[in-house]
Amino acid sequence: MAEKGIEIRLDHVTKRYAGQKAAAVDDFSMVVPAGEIVVFVGPSGCGKTTTMRMINRLIEPTSGTITIGGEDALRIDPDDLRRRVGYAIQQAGLFPHFTVAQNIGIVPGLLGWAKKKTSDRVDEMMDLVGLDPGEFAGRFPRQLSGGQQQRVGVARALAADPPVLLMDEPFGAVDPITRGHLQDELLRLQNELHKTIVFVTHDFDEAVKLGDRIAVLGDRSTILQYDTPDAILANPADDTVAGFVGAGASLKALTLMRVRDVELGQAVTARSDAAPSTVDLGDEKWLLVLDQRDRPSRWVQLNELRRVTSLAGAGRPVQDSVTLQSTLRDALEAIVNEGGRAVVTGGRGEYVGTVDLATVTDVVQQRRANS
Amino acid sequence: MNVLEYVADRWDRLSLQAFLHVSAVVQCTVLATLLGVLIGVAVYRSPAGSALATALASTILTIPSFALLALLIPVFGLGADTTVVALVLYALLPIVRNTIVGLAGVDPAVSDAARGIGMSRLGVLARVELRLAWPAILAGMRVATQMLMGIAVIAAYAKGPGLGSEVFSGLANAGSANSMNQALTGTIGVVVLALLLDGIYVLVNRFTVSRGVRG
Repeated sequence: MAEKGIEIRLDHVTKRYAGQKAAAVDDFSMVVPAGEIVVFVGPSGCGKTTTMRMINRLIEPTSGTITIGGEDALRIDPDDLRRRVGYAIQQAGLFPHFTVAQNIGIVPGLLGWAKKKTSDRVDEMMDLVGLDPGEFAGRFPRQLSGGQQQRVGVARALAADPPVLLMDEPFGAVDPITRGHLQDELLRLQNELHKTIVFVTHDFDEAVKLGDRIAVLGDRSTILQYDTPDAILANPADDTVAGFVGAGASLKALTLMRVRDVELGQAVTARSDAAPSTVDLGDEKWLLVLDQRDRPSRWVQLNELRRVTSLAGAGRPVQDSVTLQSTLRDALEAIVNEGGRAVVTGGRGEYVGTVDLATVTDVVQQRRANS
Repeated sequence: MNVLEYVADRWDRLSLQAFLHVSAVVQCTVLATLLGVLIGVAVYRSPAGSALATALASTILTIPSFALLALLIPVFGLGADTTVVALVLYALLPIVRNTIVGLAGVDPAVSDAARGIGMSRLGVLARVELRLAWPAILAGMRVATQMLMGIAVIAAYAKGPGLGSEVFSGLANAGSANSMNQALTGTIGVVVLALLLDGIYVLVNRFTVSRGVRG
């Protein structure tokens, strides 16, 4: 159903503003592979937004060529081009006088879709970004939270099913927690949709999390390094890139790895209705108590286990756990919170294993040895 | 004869005058809105153009209405033409100024998004920018209408239509029978009609401004 991404190719693209000596974008060449997320990251004013805006010709390049899926973008009528390229920006840029449904349906409307097809599509899009159509379709943007507005912005950009999506700091104006959720959702969407996405941000952590590739840009949009996040973290091309990667590259690299990629440990477990005397801890000092649906509930220590008559209320509750999809950085956080070992759960919240500090440090050292 | 008896006695003529008064003001407001919005759209992107348009419109407003009519009569003669020109000129300032303010107040991110998702330049103006500036434009129209209700009275001096002729003939024949009634009827009539029109603006605002941007 969904149209997959197509390749974007920029060839010797230059933007020069009248009356300015230096070019704003100087001889920029890049291939954005089909179906990948490429993140432009760089300091404010480096020309990353200008570069992105030349792809849908909100800014006309002074020279050079841009092809989208093999077609010369400079020969397409700009309005037509923009209807075929999704566009999402900071603070969503929603039309305040339109309802959520009208905002999402605007590009299909411009493309002349039938009313029924458009309204079906709007419902589908709202489901896709996690907004209940019944509740939100008739609302106006000002009646939404910042995160909900951004979701509508993404839904609007995707409504006409464009193969290419341009996103200019779309999550820049929301709080860090909402931002994390929105990033997760974008990755989930991308897993289904496989669009070609050009994403502009000044936040390197966001770039590492989202990008299949990252282009670190310097002044006049010169490409300092264009590579996978892994490669950039391991081998920054020069001091400027290294400065941008910033301190804690090892910690950042942990966001690239998922809990499912490492070998899990196992704790001794028992159901909460088991008799404490039947539990054999072996060499372990802690027992993990599971509830009736195998979800982790409490940790019980060896000497306490000897004293209690029921496991139901014994020990201390499990505070923080991670899933197989969590990043190792999240896992590290949970390990620190839990005091050395964190519980890993599966899709239904059931216990699947544990991850500890040694596992994480091993992974970091292995990465360093490989690069 | 007191005022009420006077009104009842001359109801036919007075109601026609009242209708003509309102009709002239409403038509001139609409005409001024078309003109004012066009001017606003033409200049709002340029700070210098905006300043110039606002300054010109303000200058017109500083000319006393009597003087303006006196200036217009040699050109357009006595009657409706002169009245229409004078009223439209006076109505321009609030409308031009509010159009410029309204359009300039549209969040650039919203216009950028509209362009970015493929709206034509005209589409952005008609479907986004003017729609968002509409509450301001409507407020300008409301001020203009209130102002014109009063100025239209003076237009009777140029033999224009409306309740102004009651006021003028009342003043001209001061001391004679019914002169007080005439002046009072004209004045109170204008005030009552102005309040009615203002009420209509509240309704128009309710039905034409999106709930998403209503205060």
